[in-house]
Amino acid sequence: MKDRFNLYRFASPATFYPLAGTLIPWFVALSVVFGLAGLWLGMLVAPTDFQQGEGYRIIFIHVPASWMSMFIYLIMAGWAAIGLAFNTRLSGMMAQALAPTGALMAFLSLWTGALWGKPMWGAWWVWDARLTSELILLFLYIGYMALTAAIDDAKRADKAGGLLLLVGVVNIPIIYFSVKWWNTLHQGSSVNLTKSSMAETMLWGMLLMAMCFWMYSIAIALMRVRTIMLERERHTDWVKAELLGKAGEGK
Amino acid sequence: MIHWNSFADFIAMGGYGFYVWGSFGLTALIMIVEPIVVVRNRKSTIARLKRQLRAETRNTAE
Amino acid sequence: MFKIISAVIGRDLKLAMRRQADIVSALFFFVIVVSLFPLGIGPEPDLLRKLAPGVLWVAALLATMLSLPRLFADDHRDGTLEQLALAPHPLGLVVTGKVIAHWLVSGLPLALIAPVLGIQFDLSADALVVLTFAILLGTPALSGIGAIGAALTLGLRGGGILLSLLVLPLYIPVLIFGAGAVDATVAGLGGEGHLSLLAALTFASLGFAPWASAAALKIALE
Repeated sequence: MKDRFNLYRFASPATFYPLAGTLIPWFVALSVVFGLAGLWLGMLVAPTDFQQGEGYRIIFIHVPASWMSMFIYLIMAGWAAIGLAFNTRLSGMMAQALAPTGALMAFLSLWTGALWGKPMWGAWWVWDARLTSELILLFLYIGYMALTAAIDDAKRADKAGGLLLLVGVVNIPIIYFSVKWWNTLHQGSSVNLTKSSMAETMLWGMLLMAMCFWMYSIAIALMRVRTIMLERERHTDWVKAELLGKAGEGK
Repeated sequence: MIHWNSFADFIAMGGYGFYVWGSFGLTALIMIVEPIVVVRNRKSTIARLKRQLRAETRNTAE
Repeated sequence: MFKIISAVIGRDLKLAMRRQADIVSALFFFVIVVSLFPLGIGPEPDLLRKLAPGVLWVAALLATMLSLPRLFADDHRDGTLEQLALAPHPLGLVVTGKVIAHWLVSGLPLALIAPVLGIQFDLSADALVVLTFAILLGTPALSGIGAIGAALTLGLRGGGILLSLLVLPLYIPVLIFGAGAVDATVAGLGGEGHLSLLAALTFASLGFAPWASAAALKIALE
């Protein structure tokens, strides 16, 4: 009972706003620390890959970006499910705050994938199942952002966007497997992503970079959600107090 | 401990410099520009909301 | 249950018959798009035979998109939709009826005309049969998934373009298996596997999509 109460309390924008404000610097700091450690390990210490030479170092951003692009979509869908089930205001705002970062991660994944594919496979782009699915994921992000941007009423935007996210999540496995199947059927490219045994430093570098991307995404989403909260709740007392308080500081 | 012999080696990335630095460069750019855009957006939103709030309070006072 | 569905189908078909021009123009859009491809690519029969399944399917996706914005918009404008949403029977069943009616006036004509267009691409008789069958089997899924998009974008400005942005990525599995069935037949492998997957997609989306659309409609009407 007590836990429930707390959850509801933190789900209210008036309490979440200052909480997010205090958390942001920590996540930024963690992101920088993880990022520096990951770059040091990955770019300076890790040995040359015996198959791919130094070109493999793209993995240190390609894999984290790909992971984040998928995680963020799942997290958005999770928020959407909570929002549709319990009608919380926070969930729609969080989903909207995460979307641009998710789309950027999907884009980065494609960009770094292209730059990795050119020297390794000899082509910027191949219709590999993973690349194609990532591209479709980017389309799904863009569709979500376009839908929520087109709806003026914030409540409807949250719910419609949430429903789209859930439909997308149901579809992602179907899309992935159909693309995979299509790819094996056509066998246009001789792409082979067999896992070579990674050196331990490489693995650690990658995990540290993944943590850096996680913390970055959380920090930027919290920053964005705070702005969305002010905008949406501008007629409530706490936002007025917040705005007037800042005005009092003479900023 | 450090894998590279010289700074030039590090930049050249064993011949993969263009691809590696192209990837890291754009990622760094995005991770710098995105926060700037978000912060700017936040500042302009706060300024706009403050203006609106002042206009409202003035109207009710009159 | 079937009474509600068939009543909605009957009503929607009657309304569609009053606007035959819409059905015909979507059909001609399909014909024109498909006929443009050989002009852009060149007349080599080997090449055309290879491209035919993909071209016909992509054109079919686009042609189905054309009539989607109208799926709920007319009923929304004259207030029928709100009454249907308030009625005691579940909205999902009403949407099922509307999806089937949409398929009857958009998907079915495409399937009937597709073999004629397939001849333009020098497809064999076997491939033409599979093509017709694949479009027949796959287009209900397109109508179903499209209904979700149509419900989500109901009454929004720029709804048509937004609708295609939302729906086209979700159409990809249908495209893959639909074109794959014809491809496999052309290659002599037999398209049964693709067709059964296509049927599975259609059944799944006809079972799932109307309820998701109904939820989206309720959000839009709030």
